[in-house]
Amino acid sequence: MAEKKLKPEELVQIELSPPAREWMDPSVNFRKGTWNYAAVPDTLDYLGLPNAGKWSPPDEEWPLPDNWQEIIHNGIKERLEKYRSFKVFMDICVRCGACADKCHFFIGSGDPKNMPVLRAELLRSIYRNDFTMAGKVLGKIAGGRKLSKQIIKEWFYYFFQCTECRRCSVFCPYGIDTAEITMIGRELLSLLGLGIEWVCTPLANCFRTGNHLGIQPHGFKDSLEFAVDELEEITGIRVNAPINKKGAEILFVAPSADYFASPHYYTLLGYLALFHELGLDYTWSSYASEGGNFGLFHSHEMIKRLNSKIYMEARRLGVKWIIGGECGHMWRVLNQYMDTMNGPADFLEVPVSPYTGTKFEHAASTKMIHISEFTADLIKHNKLNLDPRRNDHWVATYHDSCNPARSMGLLEEPRFIIKNVANNFHEMPENTIREQTFCCGSGAGLGTDENMEMRLRGGLPRANAVNYVKDKFGVNVLLCMCAIDKATLPPLLEYWVPGVEVAGVHELVGNALVMKGERPRTTDLRGEPMKGFGDAAGEEAQDV
Amino acid sequence: MRFLVSLVAVLVLMGAAYFGSASSGGQYLFGVIIPYAAIALFIAGVLYRVLGWAKSPVPFRISTTCGQQRSLPWIKNSTLDNPHGTLGVLGRMALEVLFFRSLFRNTKAQIHGRPAFRFVYGADKYLWLGALAFHWSFLLIFIRHYRFFAEPVPGAVLGLQSLDGIMQVWVPSVLITNVLIIGALVYLWGRRLVNPQVRYISLAADHFPLLLLLSVAGTGAYMRYFSKVDLIGIKQLAMGLVSFAPVVPDGLAPLFFTHLFLVCVLFAYFPVSKLMHMGGIFFSPTRNLANNNRAARHINPWNYPVKVHTYEEYEDEFRDVMKAADMPVEKE
Ligand code: SF4
Ligand code: SF4
Repeated sequence: MAEKKLKPEELVQIELSPPAREWMDPSVNFRKGTWNYAAVPDTLDYLGLPNAGKWSPPDEEWPLPDNWQEIIHNGIKERLEKYRSFKVFMDICVRCGACADKCHFFIGSGDPKNMPVLRAELLRSIYRNDFTMAGKVLGKIAGGRKLSKQIIKEWFYYFFQCTECRRCSVFCPYGIDTAEITMIGRELLSLLGLGIEWVCTPLANCFRTGNHLGIQPHGFKDSLEFAVDELEEITGIRVNAPINKKGAEILFVAPSADYFASPHYYTLLGYLALFHELGLDYTWSSYASEGGNFGLFHSHEMIKRLNSKIYMEARRLGVKWIIGGECGHMWRVLNQYMDTMNGPADFLEVPVSPYTGTKFEHAASTKMIHISEFTADLIKHNKLNLDPRRNDHWVATYHDSCNPARSMGLLEEPRFIIKNVANNFHEMPENTIREQTFCCGSGAGLGTDENMEMRLRGGLPRANAVNYVKDKFGVNVLLCMCAIDKATLPPLLEYWVPGVEVAGVHELVGNALVMKGERPRTTDLRGEPMKGFGDAAGEEAQDV
Repeated sequence: MRFLVSLVAVLVLMGAAYFGSASSGGQYLFGVIIPYAAIALFIAGVLYRVLGWAKSPVPFRISTTCGQQRSLPWIKNSTLDNPHGTLGVLGRMALEVLFFRSLFRNTKAQIHGRPAFRFVYGADKYLWLGALAFHWSFLLIFIRHYRFFAEPVPGAVLGLQSLDGIMQVWVPSVLITNVLIIGALVYLWGRRLVNPQVRYISLAADHFPLLLLLSVAGTGAYMRYFSKVDLIGIKQLAMGLVSFAPVVPDGLAPLFFTHLFLVCVLFAYFPVSKLMHMGGIFFSPTRNLANNNRAARHINPWNYPVKVHTYEEYEDEFRDVMKAADMPVEKE
């Protein structure tokens, strides 16, 4: 694997000045470690997607349908007519370069086509050539390029080197969002049957089983029961994890990684402990067992196809409203697409916290709130018995996940929670958090082993900021609220900043939460000793 | 080289007007026909482009949020960077359009110290400053030109001019905007030549407008400060044009026609170029929409039914294992 070969000292030899070769030259070198495996035909067939073929990105000849040029041309045309965003963004970039060094992939690789502006130009040059007068008359001088098979390869390489994080869009004077262009670019590629395995297989799985690893209903139940057992071992309390329970007040939807991957799993324990302690009348669903929406990495249509389950299930179960767990891209979809695509949710009620009476007016239409909004409200109203000393073994910093930060603005809720459940919290430098947060480098379907070099490069700016607070404050845990972060930050930090763990916010809530009737805790939810709560007598916190 | 193409193009345009206007009939061509044609192209072109954008719907509310959302009452919402209503959006747009707020955030990524490297993202306000200086001077100079088209000249225009001339205390008769616009354009073009990243991404279509603007500002300033042109004659021409009774007075200098022609080229070129960002910014969905998706449903006019996987299909496939695992089912 790539990470074995390249040492950090080598990988960081980054040249941010562009090469002599002009960007209009589309040739791409599919270097090992910088691209993702192609989608397998079965998954495309299952989803009814066109032009499935067997191929691999480094292949000389890709299996394109005969009329591929026509498909792309019409695909662009259709999207120009459907998306004002696309049309305006194609027209108004002035190439000021403000976005250039804002992309983590450019900062980490120095590849000029990873400057957001050039990523967009890859598609914009075709648009100019085919759809604008200047491009038709002046061609290359006006920045036009004629579509070629080589350009398709180039699109594939660079549209799957964008994590749709929207950092560029924060800095662009016109708000040009390269993520939007990448989304459209990927849609165009998928019309030709070109997709990546780690997007399309999860899509098919989510569609069929409800979650991205294809776990069947009984497996889902097993996972939750296992978590219940584990939580009992730690706290001495047996909690309830209802599944598909009709008539519950609340449907809870989390990213599926929460119930089978680590360290997500400890966040799941945190949710379970919290809901039990409150006595919340809620249910999980095995059918809508994935909040994460891989459709976002594929096409608008796939977003809708997968997201539809949440409202359909809420209706079937007869719940009143919905809470969503810790996940990044899931929340982009829930906040910016769900209601428009699959609403109106007029069969639900505006969420009201049963414990504080707070009416979540900001979710009056979607009827779905983020768990951190729910928990922050509880803490503010003193509804939880919290002992932050139980997180004293952690010195924490917080990573804003791209989507909650830049497609939602969920910035203070998690910080408020963290400050109430932990005593040691330090922010990373200002230009690397909140709306300027740096991506984990592995989002939007790019978190694969075969793509490891690019992931390490893309995650470098984030890792570097973590390194800074590690040196300065001794930070040993990076908190986050995203399933992809929890999966991909651990290897990233292990490579660049060894010694820093990754944890969810509700894992720390679970640690700090003092439950009625619990046995004295000696370990945290990971089963690891907590500072001052060990079995060994005479530790300082015991006498308090 | 892309900038050479643009440079040559601008020089050719200047030459054409300078010498062309001296020929017989040239004055009428450059003084009347071309200005009318340019304005017609400008208006038709801008309308075409703007209507084109307006025709494409906004299927999703995809605001880029650059601050705290409005959620719980005790958490302060950052209204201007993450607006939840119309007022906030208006404020955000005003700040973008008038003061280039997003550009103000600009930072520069640098690597400090290898191999124990560290990335530093220092503030970088030069681009913002240059852009602001250019756009505001251009606007003021544009308004100042109104004095050629109105009799009597409105007081506001005169006031503007005297305000602009504040610097005259130190440098006689130099207007601040003239200095600023030329300085800003030189900077903006200079960074396209010198900054390796910006140089790499620049197209001919990026060099050309800057050089064209520079030639417009240069010829204008030259006329103002060095070769005194016949202002009365120019005003006569301008008034004739706006009253649709054009006359070309004798004795107008070739330099004036050059200036006028360059402006005409600018107008005609505007709608087919990136200069349309002026209108486009108002249409940018990441900036001009409130982030209130969860509070108020946004309608997508082309929302269409898609193939979904229903619960019934799901249960049909998994009923046996669900029953075996004691999970509730709809159909036994
Ligand atoms: S910041 Fe915006 S206008 Fe400037 S180059 Fe990037 S996308 Fe284009
Ligand atoms: S969305 Fe993120 S990954 Fe994509 S170009 Fe912009 S900054 Fe880079």
